[in-house]
Amino acid sequence: MSKAVKKMTPETTWKEITPGGTIYESGNAEGYKTGDWRSMRPVWIEEKCTQCMLCPPTCPDTAIPVKDSKRLDFDYDHCKGCGVCVKVCPFKAIDFIKEDDKKE
Amino acid sequence: MSIRERLSGNEAVAVAMRQINPDVVAAFPITPSTEIPQYFSQFVSNGQVQTEFVAVESEHSAMSACVGAQAAGARTMTATSANGLALMWEILYIASAMKLPITMTCVNRALSGPLNIHNDHSDSMGARDSGWIQLYSETNQEAYDNLIQAVRIGEHKDVMLPVMVCQDGFITSHAVENIELLEDEKIKTFVGEYKAEHYLLNSEEQIAVGPLDLPAHCFEHKREQAQSMINAKKVILEIAEEFEKISGRKYGYFEEYKLNDAEIAVVVINSTAGTAKTIVDDLRQKGVKAGLLKIRVFRPFPAEEIANALKNIKAIGVMDKAEGLSGVGGPLGADVKAALYGRTEGIKVVNYIYGLGGRDVRADDVEKVYNDLLEIQKTGKVGETYRYVGVRE
Repeated sequence: MSKAVKKMTPETTWKEITPGGTIYESGNAEGYKTGDWRSMRPVWIEEKCTQCMLCPPTCPDTAIPVKDSKRLDFDYDHCKGCGVCVKVCPFKAIDFIKEDDKKE
Repeated sequence: MSIRERLSGNEAVAVAMRQINPDVVAAFPITPSTEIPQYFSQFVSNGQVQTEFVAVESEHSAMSACVGAQAAGARTMTATSANGLALMWEILYIASAMKLPITMTCVNRALSGPLNIHNDHSDSMGARDSGWIQLYSETNQEAYDNLIQAVRIGEHKDVMLPVMVCQDGFITSHAVENIELLEDEKIKTFVGEYKAEHYLLNSEEQIAVGPLDLPAHCFEHKREQAQSMINAKKVILEIAEEFEKISGRKYGYFEEYKLNDAEIAVVVINSTAGTAKTIVDDLRQKGVKAGLLKIRVFRPFPAEEIANALKNIKAIGVMDKAEGLSGVGGPLGADVKAALYGRTEGIKVVNYIYGLGGRDVRADDVEKVYNDLLEIQKTGKVGETYRYVGVRE
């Protein structure tokens, strides 16, 4: 009857759901996509970015991935659009636009 | 060989708990259930059980401690009454939604106000929608037998729900009556060792319990919980059958007393059934075809079986020891009428409120109900369906 939480989706039926809501695995927040909460969208302007690394630790959702001491583009599956990274950037390397205005 | 004893209802429950030897008991004293944790704490002090006894500072804490302990993987028990149960309210729903098979004895007492320490069923009747299985007991013997079975019912893999075993405050809890106890070893074997499938203290499996449940999943969890209550019906009978093998005592959803050929019948819960049986006997001697249905299992409500047992009765009096304040009658009356609707035809049903706040329920009170039913049967006229018996008019 063990059911992994990652398999719980909005399509999961009551017969498949974890009894009592128990979550049978740790470190599973990644499986919960919070990106659709966003109304404002941070946009990384790579050419202005100096890789000063001030922004990644300020992100409450760990939505600025870092690899080999360099930040990568935003993880939009989890970024809630709070704008803290925009404020903290000294180089105006993060634009902040309405989610509706994003370019596909 | 069973052991013949003389015990009060509270003592009987405490002895059952000693024999079950749960991992954790968390309880707070409240009249008339105080003696249960009191006797049990003596068993703990004497080393007769290996239980961790948590002396909490309120019933809210008692039920919270039970939830924590049961989620950790411990077999957990508690006892309470009236306002103690009311203070547990919030956590009652959480315990059942988290699928934690905690076992509780509820010694029925009037829920304040007016402030009253005596027996009626307003406490546990209020908790009827909390997702707990509810078993009711006419005598100390039934309170003892029900609690032992409750552990197995709740912990069954198809159920996993908390169970409340109720008995009448003072009338049953404090009156000393004969009882047949089973040997410690027999109970130990019957209840077995509790092995939770998923539990917080399992170092092999990291789990989280009681998380936020948003609209995408909360409904499905409630549906799953409802299925457990539906499943409990089958399990209750299976456990009763198993219990009969070690005790010789037979249990079902309810007891039918001279109901087979009855034309008038009373439906009642707990100790009043004893009083009502003597009236049935008296009436039978006079040639009146009177019968009785005593509810044991109130949640899950055995609607189909009750309707089947009552299908040939002409007039029924449903006796509620709780004033539902619905303006139309009490909770048992509503459920019995709902059970009959669409399954039977033409049965006249009157709902009586009786015995509130410890008002003595005398034989002639019950007799009055049967006389009313005879009149209804004779005239075919029901009249008022929401009546009182034993109140000063």
